[in-house]
Amino acid sequence: MQPTAPSQADASLAPPQEAGRIHALGSRLERMSSQLFIWPAVIVILLLSIFPLIISLYLSFAQLKFVKGGLDLNWFGVRNYRKILVGTEQKQILGVMDTPSLVGWLLFGLVVGLLAWFMLRWVRRGRITPLGLLGRLLFVGGMLALAWLMVSTVGTTSGKGRPGALGVTLIYVFVGIFLQYLLGLGLALLAAQSLPGNRFFRVVFLLPMMITPVGVAYMFRMLADTSKGPLKPLWISAGLVDYSWIDSPWSARAAVLIGDIWQWTPFVFIVLLAALEAQPLEPVEAATVDGASRWQIFRFITWPNIVPASATIVLIRMIEAFKIVDLPNVLTNGGPGTATRSMTLQAYTTWRATDIGGSAATAYVLLIVATFICVSFVNFVHHPATEG
Amino acid sequence: MQSFFKRRSIWQPSPAGMLVSYVLLGAWTLVVLFPLYWLFITSFKLPIHVNDGPVYLPFVDFQPSLHAWQYIFVDVRNDTMRPYLNTIIVGLSSSLIALTLGSTAAYALTRFDFRPKLGAIGLFVGCVILAIIAVALGVPWQVALISAAVIFGLLLQTLGRRMKASLGNDDIAFWMISQRILPPIATVIPIYVMFQQLNLLDTHVALITTYVAANLPIVVWLMRDYFRNIPLELEECAAIDGASRFRTFWSIVLPLSTPGLVATFLFVLVFAWNEYLLALFLSLSDVQTMPLTVAAQNATRGPQWWYMSVLILIMIIPVIGMAIALERYISKGLLVGAVKG
Repeated sequence: MQPTAPSQADASLAPPQEAGRIHALGSRLERMSSQLFIWPAVIVILLLSIFPLIISLYLSFAQLKFVKGGLDLNWFGVRNYRKILVGTEQKQILGVMDTPSLVGWLLFGLVVGLLAWFMLRWVRRGRITPLGLLGRLLFVGGMLALAWLMVSTVGTTSGKGRPGALGVTLIYVFVGIFLQYLLGLGLALLAAQSLPGNRFFRVVFLLPMMITPVGVAYMFRMLADTSKGPLKPLWISAGLVDYSWIDSPWSARAAVLIGDIWQWTPFVFIVLLAALEAQPLEPVEAATVDGASRWQIFRFITWPNIVPASATIVLIRMIEAFKIVDLPNVLTNGGPGTATRSMTLQAYTTWRATDIGGSAATAYVLLIVATFICVSFVNFVHHPATEG
Repeated sequence: MQSFFKRRSIWQPSPAGMLVSYVLLGAWTLVVLFPLYWLFITSFKLPIHVNDGPVYLPFVDFQPSLHAWQYIFVDVRNDTMRPYLNTIIVGLSSSLIALTLGSTAAYALTRFDFRPKLGAIGLFVGCVILAIIAVALGVPWQVALISAAVIFGLLLQTLGRRMKASLGNDDIAFWMISQRILPPIATVIPIYVMFQQLNLLDTHVALITTYVAANLPIVVWLMRDYFRNIPLELEECAAIDGASRFRTFWSIVLPLSTPGLVATFLFVLVFAWNEYLLALFLSLSDVQTMPLTVAAQNATRGPQWWYMSVLILIMIIPVIGMAIALERYISKGLLVGAVKG
């Protein structure tokens, strides 16, 4: 791919006239080199990300049918979106809402309180700009909507509430990343000590990250089998012989989460370990000499050192976790019913049902939610954390 | 007895602490390795060993058998080798192309100044939208494409000189890297339609180009960090000695960044190797890749864990081998960017 320009040595071998021509070509290439370096990548991204994205937006408002020898495309208005937001159970993504329970209300109150505190703190700092205000209002509004969606589908007492694909995806993302981060941090702290045999743990802990999610899904299906799986003695002693993980919505979601945590904890581990090893040694030594406790050392020296790396890995995991599809598709087939369907899986199922517009609309809702959460995270967590 | 709880030094815990650490690390090692162990022994089990409840130790609990391996490698040889070969072809070529395009772009973004005009970008997007509307209204796509390109060219020539506001390198880098946020499901439907119109559906080309686009952001992100840390002096010396930009890049910058390139390549290769969703859309039968073959097992044969285990094993052994061999590169070379933020 690199069009190497002829060097001096090559040019001197060629006949004089030829050499001049090659030289001219060389210098023109040289002047254009910056363009030649960057355009291939730009073209690939334009053709396979940007244009498809714009066309997808159009498709989400249209009805597309594959007919013999071409396409049949009709404007469909907002009907696709109406269908996936308030349509039948198979197609819609919000789930069934109901009045939240007391715990649900308390949690929602907590979110409201946190958001109010967030706005107050910003107002009191006194650097209010129109753009900042707009961004924060959008953030607060979006978070309130998502929090309400979660408590009214998950935290209900009557048992009527049921999270849809959007809620399930958010559970995978937030619960999964939270647990991955805790486990990864704990393991990294343990492995950062000078223990003999450290390298062994490092290599072993890395492995799950490399395994195809489809393989992980089948592995956990084998392990979750209560009658043929290796943990049968455990299930028997717990009195759960004929229990099947995949038959109850929450245990099926838990199985997907366990697989995801197993696979991605290594990623958090390896980055945090690198961050822990990159921190300067002197402050820790000085603090030890001054008699600081280990908690104090962690809280006031180690933690500030790993905050930037932590924010970055949480961001990367978030970006990737919103795309989850293979694990629920293979592990539970999206079931029971639609209980473990992620947004991507939902869009795929809709596509398989030849409802292309609905599929594009579902994908766009995922895109909007994922972008909203990632951009908020970058602005309000990642940026402050890495800029100090 | 007291010394048992006393730390040896700041970095070395007390014997008691060490014991606790080993127990915890060992527990997680078990969590990581047990599923893999189970996969491994299941591939040597006869159906009866699986169906009659769990047996744990080969040679003690059950007599290992090669029947599943024989079935996969001899009886249905073609059904295994074709997807495997597809995965290798698609994985290697898409990773190599992504690495080439991505690292040249990353290099350009760290060494040259780009000032794309904001107005030109707006004009471009406008023309794209115009073309799409035209297609939606029933104009053949070839006509719409060409006329949009002509309009864009004309407007750029006439209005282009008046444009002042422009973007910088960081904006371009952000634009490229942020493509990773896009869920592939949001772009794959038009890509499917495009390849279908070009009669390229279910070919290697379709999968390779799509994977290149999906992995470019990672390459740009990682290699940009890497190139930034290479001292400029060497390249300046080369430039003074008369080396062209391409030659400098090829024979000075690339050799210096081998560790970063290796780590990035591995990372991208693993992504392409394990990719599921895009392959699900873009391959029907001819270029089916391993993840699809593995995923389809349940539908075609029911839960025949012994065959599935063999397939999963042959799929993960190469990547695990690479991971073990390149562990140092992964933790040091690759994650420099993430650690610095």
